[in-house]
Amino acid sequence: MPLFLNDEQTMLRDTAKEYVAEHAPVGHMRRLRDAKDATGFDRTLWKSFAEMGFTGILIPEADGGLGLGHVEAGVVLEEIGRNLTPSPFLTTAVAAVSALGGTAHAARWFPGILSGDTVAALAIDEGPKHRTDIALKAERAGNGFRLSGTKRFVTHGHVADLLIVAARTAGAAGEKDGVTLFAVEAGAAGLANDPQRLADSSFASRLTFDGVEVDADAVIGEVDGGWSGLTRLLAAGRTGASAEMLGVGGGAMDMTVAYLKERKQFGVPIGSFQALQHRAAHLYSEMEVARAATLKAQQLLDASDPGADAAVSVAKAMTGLATTLSVQEGIQMHGGIGMTDEYDIGFYMKRARVLAEMFGDTNFHTDQLARAAGY
Amino acid sequence: MTQDLETFRSETRAWLEENCPPSMREPVRSEKDACWGGRDQSMLTPDQKLWMDRMAARGWTVPDWPKAYGGGGLSAAETKILREEMARIRARNPLNSFGISMLGPALLKYGTEEQKLDHLTKIARGEIRWCQGYSEPNAGSDLAGLAASAEDKGDHFLVNGQKVWTSYADKADWIFCLVRTDRTTKQGGISFVLFDMASEGVSTKPILLISGYSPFCETFMDNVKVPKANLVHELNKGWDVAKYLLGHEREMISGMGLSSPGGNPLIDGAIAAIGLDHDGRLADPLLRASLALFEVRSKAFGMMSERFIDELKAGRSHPAQPSMMKYYGTELNKARHELIMAAGGTDTLEWESDASNGGAAARAWLRTKANSIEGGTSEVQLNIIAKRILELPS
Repeated sequence: MPLFLNDEQTMLRDTAKEYVAEHAPVGHMRRLRDAKDATGFDRTLWKSFAEMGFTGILIPEADGGLGLGHVEAGVVLEEIGRNLTPSPFLTTAVAAVSALGGTAHAARWFPGILSGDTVAALAIDEGPKHRTDIALKAERAGNGFRLSGTKRFVTHGHVADLLIVAARTAGAAGEKDGVTLFAVEAGAAGLANDPQRLADSSFASRLTFDGVEVDADAVIGEVDGGWSGLTRLLAAGRTGASAEMLGVGGGAMDMTVAYLKERKQFGVPIGSFQALQHRAAHLYSEMEVARAATLKAQQLLDASDPGADAAVSVAKAMTGLATTLSVQEGIQMHGGIGMTDEYDIGFYMKRARVLAEMFGDTNFHTDQLARAAGY
Repeated sequence: MTQDLETFRSETRAWLEENCPPSMREPVRSEKDACWGGRDQSMLTPDQKLWMDRMAARGWTVPDWPKAYGGGGLSAAETKILREEMARIRARNPLNSFGISMLGPALLKYGTEEQKLDHLTKIARGEIRWCQGYSEPNAGSDLAGLAASAEDKGDHFLVNGQKVWTSYADKADWIFCLVRTDRTTKQGGISFVLFDMASEGVSTKPILLISGYSPFCETFMDNVKVPKANLVHELNKGWDVAKYLLGHEREMISGMGLSSPGGNPLIDGAIAAIGLDHDGRLADPLLRASLALFEVRSKAFGMMSERFIDELKAGRSHPAQPSMMKYYGTELNKARHELIMAAGGTDTLEWESDASNGGAAARAWLRTKANSIEGGTSEVQLNIIAKRILELPS
């Protein structure tokens, strides 16, 4: 399979590009922020994503979806990133769908995701840095389980209909065996939800589980065997976050290059200065390399290739490096105007930082690769 | 189609298994280890010669060239499979050649039928070794400022002047050379000619480098007679050929940023020299972090190279994209060799010992410093990206 988009994927990209830019450009996010919108995204837009078929990209045709892959999901995510569109697409249509696919929960949750009525959130992280050692406890109680512990950085957690919770039913933190995934419905008794607005104006919750009781059928997959589902969820989330970051980094780069062409100093466009040209060209190179790494990860994931995990880590680490550079150079090359709230480039910097932390940052994935290579 | 490719793969695998000598499945340890072909076959070991000849007989030294010019006539998909199968057994390149990577593509595009039949078949068989006469003492990055001239003498050109940084000129049989045929315009007054290094009036002098090697030469042309038939493309239009060829040179050099197939000498070397701590991590945490971050970029660049080749074959690559590949690949290769030196410590500093394989690591490290200079400096590549891809103003 060649490492570029095929004709169908290119068509989808053109559709997504046009649709997202028209309905949810950066100004859309700015309006939500300025209105102090308590949801953090526009539910009408989420419904329209469903009508466009976007939310069903990863849902199998047998379940009413489009039955497409991570390349196609990434195409949409890149446009979401480029326009800084607030949306539960990554958590719901990509990560949650990947965890639920092939389990008994697909029939329960896919129709709502397909129709744009359901929002899913991921209760995975427990500290300020992403780790895969799960400590939140799930003890057997009566017919089901009782969950105790805390989760952090649960994006859209305050408005989610479904929480996918990674809990420990056996073993100790750090072990793969003994992890169980639960589908917890919104409003469960004993669940305290503390939403916080983040730097990029999106919301993430701190969730406290104080003996939250769930039925046995809340288990996604097998008891103690949730690692495989968690792995699917994380691979999808990491690849998706890479694609969204490509959009953020690419969008910031495009803004910056356009600014270099129009802004004049000393009577000439600043883009004619070699110092800035070289930095812009270096930035372009880093972004291109990150783009190739992301597409490779998407393709390998879609092919269920054994090398997919490593490629996903390369993609997340590389897009983290490239996008961080892009937003930093973006602010610097814009000069003073880049520091103003009125100008959009700063929004790119904030969104890039949030996405860099999601599902593990560059350091996390670089460390994973080093360990896998035996050093 | 897929069935045919699977058949091709299994047949290729079987043929390579039978025909690639075991000694040609070991990594190339130094520049001197590579097979370059040429008239002076005494430079080849018997296995190198056998491997080159067997591959050439199938046209597989240049698998995607037409059969009429000594190529294999393979499709892009088949060529990719051949390369994958060679990488699988870690087979060495059967023939390193500026003829294959640089002159060949230019002749395929701009050469006459006679030039193609004559030169391409000899390149494919490794019979003639080529060198490139581009740079001059006063025309480096400003390549079009070159002064070596070719004067029209009716049935031949009379070439005079000096070239510099002519890689392996002292070992080459022929040279492809840029010469000035019109002094009134800059780019529009350059022609592209070919001549035999054994011609009267051609002399070379090696340049000793910081690596202790002298792969580069100064080349002097003193009233060299070059037949008119050796002009490639039209008179005064050599710059088109030169630019086209430079794109291929940049692709070739950018490939140096890639890890070699199988194993990871950088990481293996670091573990051997420094050791692992009780958690199984490299016992120098800062070096570990540097190595791992380098590996991220290196692997991602490997994917970029794959994408670039796929786009190139599908005719959808931006013509200035080789500049990005060259820039990124050579900077990565320099970084790799800095890390090799840092990981190896004092062991890598020995210049002549058997243990250091004659100072191979240090010499290779020093050699890489030229990567971001030769074939257009990193700064020249960044200029090209800025102007031709990002379309920034002059």
